[in-house]
Amino acid sequence: MGTIPQEHYEPKEGTTSKWINDRLPIMGMIDHLQKFPTPKNLNYAYVFGGILVLFLVIQIVTGITLAMHYQTGEASAFNSVEHIMRDVNYGWLLRYAHANGASFFFIAVYAHIFRGLYYGSYKAPREILWIIGVLIFVVMMATAFMGYVLPWGQMSFWGAKVITSLFGAIPLVGESLKEWLWGGPYVGDATLNRMFSLHYLLPFVIAGLTVLHIWALHHVGNTNPTGVEVRKESLETVKKDTVPFTPFYITKDLFAILVFLIAFAFFVYFAPNYLGHPDNYIEANPLATPAHIVPEWYFLPFYAILRAITFDFLWIIPAKLGGVLAMFGAIAVLAFIPWLDTSNVRSTTYRPIYRWWFLVLVIDFFVLMWAGGQPAEGIVPLVSLLATIYWFAHFLIVLPVVGLIEKPLPRPETIEQAFKDKHDHSDDASSGPTADASVQPAE
Amino acid sequence: MRLSIASVLTVGLIAFSSASFAAGGAGQKITDYDFSFDGMLGAYDQAQLQRGFQVYEAVCSGCHGMKHVAFRTLADENGPGFSDAAVKAIAANYEVADDEGNPGDTRPGKPFDYFPTPDVGGNPPDMSLLAKARNGGADYIYSLLLGYTGEEKELGDVTLYENSAYGGYLNMAPPLYGDDVEYADGTDTSLEQVSADISAFLMWAAEPKLVERKQAGVWSMTFLIFFATLVWFTNRKVWAKIKHPENHS
Repeated sequence: MGTIPQEHYEPKEGTTSKWINDRLPIMGMIDHLQKFPTPKNLNYAYVFGGILVLFLVIQIVTGITLAMHYQTGEASAFNSVEHIMRDVNYGWLLRYAHANGASFFFIAVYAHIFRGLYYGSYKAPREILWIIGVLIFVVMMATAFMGYVLPWGQMSFWGAKVITSLFGAIPLVGESLKEWLWGGPYVGDATLNRMFSLHYLLPFVIAGLTVLHIWALHHVGNTNPTGVEVRKESLETVKKDTVPFTPFYITKDLFAILVFLIAFAFFVYFAPNYLGHPDNYIEANPLATPAHIVPEWYFLPFYAILRAITFDFLWIIPAKLGGVLAMFGAIAVLAFIPWLDTSNVRSTTYRPIYRWWFLVLVIDFFVLMWAGGQPAEGIVPLVSLLATIYWFAHFLIVLPVVGLIEKPLPRPETIEQAFKDKHDHSDDASSGPTADASVQPAE
Repeated sequence: MRLSIASVLTVGLIAFSSASFAAGGAGQKITDYDFSFDGMLGAYDQAQLQRGFQVYEAVCSGCHGMKHVAFRTLADENGPGFSDAAVKAIAANYEVADDEGNPGDTRPGKPFDYFPTPDVGGNPPDMSLLAKARNGGADYIYSLLLGYTGEEKELGDVTLYENSAYGGYLNMAPPLYGDDVEYADGTDTSLEQVSADISAFLMWAAEPKLVERKQAGVWSMTFLIFFATLVWFTNRKVWAKIKHPENHS
């Protein structure tokens, strides 16, 4: 199935498995997934993919159940959410799990993205795998935004109004586009209904993209902290560098999932509204604008970028349009980094200069997140602008330039060797870490 | 230097969230009252909820409705816990819209009805969700009731009252002064006590499933921690022969 040699599935003669597999090779596929050769040296930064699959399932299951009780419409949406909270059996649990589930989904996706950036998971041959990931992230953001509108609280309404109004900034077609999105001349029933419809649809688009994402992953194989590829010459070499997914990564991922769920459960049961906004417990009122319209925390970095452009760009692009372009550009730029990164070393662990720039990028992300949550006054606009400039400079300047000037550190020859050096302490004195002795030729 | 991405993200997220939390309520003085429902194991004090309801009925309900709260829920075991007979009597005290009569007709409330919204000016907020719709929650309501400074100013024909919890002037006159009600259980009726009781009641009104939630949380967390511990040992055992093959040959 993939580029990594794996033992062929041979069901026994006369078994039901064989009967099924001869007609639909699903048993072979399950076998492939179960025994998928996975690098034996993955660390805990590699657990978020599994966590994300679980959270997609949690969101779909809680979401479908909530939709059985939710009533869309300006007059009924807010009331039906209260009905869920008060009268539906465990409705409070469904709703709090769904709302906090979105937050934890984003915590996991940000961790997953930064893991990919650190270990060069976007580099050949994983460009398509990475781009599908960027697409999933975009659809996730759209889904979360629409979901936040559904309770029809003050933040729902004003958030929807502010964000959809952005499309009005597009020259010529902007105003018509905005009305088309709203379904009328104002944010109302028609807007809410379509948000509900699309909020129900998009998770299945995410699920479809996730299937492609995992398919691509199983074709090219996982990266790993060394960035050294699994030796794909033969089944023998593969076995030296990898372990079968079951049981080794079943137990490891399950442990990580449970730790993540403990944090999730803490918020759901003991601080369910901590990540939300009190204003959303006030029913939407088109006549009363909240003092600060703030999106959910996971949008704050991109919200800060949106607000950072307060000047007309190049005298042609008005500030509002500039902000919109910067916001979408900040995400779109991620899709191009497989070609912006000029280094031939995959893992940042062996990149003495880039490592520091990576740290700056992480800090920059949190600075943007902070700035997005503050009222745009005092030092905030300047901080937002500088952090926005760095966000783009990181991908468009630092990534190409550092790759050209940097002298990478020696990397281990093989995954097998790196793993052995880390775990085998029985003959430390004689062999020593191989990483220092042998330099892998440039890929 | 080895960067653990997860730890950087976690630390950043915590730093960010505490920063955003501190950002709320500039200029507002909110007292952290020690409510019985605070903390992971906190629960409502049934007697306090009953007293708080008495304050709502005697004072607040003149202006503020609770359109999401049904009379029947006053009987909730984890809420005020009134008897069915008491709930019937309470409901009958309120005039609710009569959907079967002519428009504008009213009839005495039944347990399945919801607290009606009084027809008064000034746009007083509905109280069903007030304790969740304000930064600081029940602490905010408590502080607001105690926060009147005595300063007033006229704006047109409206009188505004300075309040330290609100952080400015608001158009609600001080609603409580102490001794506003007489408690059957003999609890003192100081302004502090009455304010705490109504704040607790409004927290219940906004979050009636708080006790169930925290109880379920304790069970869930216990299970998850226990299960995670088992899986941790399982995982260690599973990996032992890969990490230390010399011990398993």
